[in-house]
Amino acid sequence: MATQPLPNKPKRGQNKPQIVEKPTTKDWVKPQAIAIPKEGYFQLEKGRYGPVFPQTPACYGFSVVGKVKPGREQAIRDYGKNIEEAVKADPSVLAPLKLHYLRWVLFDVGSGLHFMYQGIFDTDFDKYIEDAIEIFNQSGITTVFTNLEGWPSDWRTNVPAVAKFFREHQFPSFLEYGEYPFVSADEVKKALTLKAAFSSMLDQMQ
Amino acid sequence: MPVETDALELDDIQHFLISRPPALAARYEFLSFQEPTAGRTWLRGILDKVGTASTVGSDIPDSRWVTVAFTWNGLRALGVDDASLATFPEEFRQGMAARAQILGTTGRNDPQHWVGNLASPDLHAIVVLFARDVAERERCRVEHQGFVSGCAGVKVISSLDLAAIPPFTYAHEHFGYRDRVSSPVIEGTGEQPIPGSGPPVKAGEFFLGYTDETDSQPALPEPEVLSRNGSYLAYLRLEEHVGVFRNFLQQHGETPEQQELVAAKLMGRWRSGAPLVLTPTKDDPALGSDPERSNNFNYGKMDPYGYGCPVGAHIRRMNPRDTGENMQRRRMIRRGGTYGPALPEGKPEDGLERGIAAFVGCASLVRQFEFAMNVWVNDPQFEGLGNERDPFVGTQDGTFDMTIPKRPIRQKIKGLPEFTTVRGGAYFFLPGIKALRYLLTLAVETQSQ
Repeated sequence: MATQPLPNKPKRGQNKPQIVEKPTTKDWVKPQAIAIPKEGYFQLEKGRYGPVFPQTPACYGFSVVGKVKPGREQAIRDYGKNIEEAVKADPSVLAPLKLHYLRWVLFDVGSGLHFMYQGIFDTDFDKYIEDAIEIFNQSGITTVFTNLEGWPSDWRTNVPAVAKFFREHQFPSFLEYGEYPFVSADEVKKALTLKAAFSSMLDQMQ
Repeated sequence: MPVETDALELDDIQHFLISRPPALAARYEFLSFQEPTAGRTWLRGILDKVGTASTVGSDIPDSRWVTVAFTWNGLRALGVDDASLATFPEEFRQGMAARAQILGTTGRNDPQHWVGNLASPDLHAIVVLFARDVAERERCRVEHQGFVSGCAGVKVISSLDLAAIPPFTYAHEHFGYRDRVSSPVIEGTGEQPIPGSGPPVKAGEFFLGYTDETDSQPALPEPEVLSRNGSYLAYLRLEEHVGVFRNFLQQHGETPEQQELVAAKLMGRWRSGAPLVLTPTKDDPALGSDPERSNNFNYGKMDPYGYGCPVGAHIRRMNPRDTGENMQRRRMIRRGGTYGPALPEGKPEDGLERGIAAFVGCASLVRQFEFAMNVWVNDPQFEGLGNERDPFVGTQDGTFDMTIPKRPIRQKIKGLPEFTTVRGGAYFFLPGIKALRYLLTLAVETQSQ
């Protein structure tokens, strides 16, 4: 197996670079794990709306957690169906977000109902935040956020306020792992297309 | 069906972003006000020379081609109070130098190397003096010099002379590329977009106080009289290393034709202005000079893989057209010109500074200008490229590439040199005429530290 063993105790100076430093190699063959400092980044790099969160072996991503306004649970659940229908009607509706996966979770561990939006994607969210908000608006994702406490009332026009909400409700991972690190969804699709084309070519050769 | 549009208050908007006077020369002067009364004395004296969008460029002869704009520190220096100053957007309050990492003005482009005191908090205002020719520019320079010398406490901290470079028959920059080929049309001006340049853009994308592309009006900085009809300007003084550029072309092309093709691949257009999407293998100067045709193309359908115009070419990065998202919210108006002497063809690099000194006008620096610099220009991952930046405006240090898609196998140029260096820059607010008058009314006692 190519999987890297996890050390019991990461120590600086030891030969376990994936655990304590930002990885510098992007070799998809070699699985990588990365431990991320509490603040969510390794070195402060300024983005337009705040610090830039790094790309990890598990690509870019965020986990936004917000408290649900009283009585809004069903509204949020219903929007799950909305997104399903929207993607069915137009499979490219979320394409600009460059997503791999979305996971929406509702949970209550004793402090009221919370909503978690977890996304894994291929672009730095800060870089394309206005595009993301536009897609959120068009596809109805924003409507989910309007059911959360603290969502800015002027979200339609106030990009900095929306960016602030996401930043304040984002909980950076402290560990991320990629079995095929740093590979984008486009590259996965290209590889599968190539595989299909190759299979088809072999069929034609019979 | 008639579309409801805001009526533009053209008699209040400075002409700068709307109408282009027939100028072949200009002078930028960067000013500092030692006290608010000094700044207001200067402003009072020059106000009547500031041209509006309703007259400059119209049939009415109007040679008041002066433009004035202020940094955030400049508004403070004129006596705008702290409560009002706090309502301006954060990026404008911080100023361009503080946003260097976001913009990619790092390394040799870093504000610590900037010239003309542009990174200094003492930079308060810019005055742009457009002129028909160099002789007229000199007259303007002398006249303004005389005027400033009579305003105690106003200091010219630097200046820059601009002039078109020969041949004067069309606008172009020092590398030889045709300029002003594509510009957004503002809804409400009555101007019709040229084919392929997209629908008119709502005025609120460029001027404060109007409906923008979200069909709403964002909150204005206060007081409204100061912000309404204003715009933000991002100023960049970009040195062009013509010798480096010509050497690069020679290294990558054996014949003049091959060199022209490399130049075209970097830009996305031949130096004549003809777009590669429409004429991928040979130049077509007639097409390049025909605005009815030279913008009439897209990328998604006509050149999805970049076999004509590479995905990393300058024009494809700066305006991805149908392959970009949310494009109507990313449009900007560019103004400016060339400075420094032209380097004649065949002459070795002479070490003199030459380049473009340009302004980007918009309603939101963070959403429009900073997005363009941060993402389109400097994101190595742009459109999945991986290790590329804009060949002309991107922060280059010899470690980035340029991919030229080609059948059967793409060509990759490794280690692009630095064709340009940012030598200075600043964020300005370009107020409307009423706002300029309002600034004159501010009381002396509101002076800040």
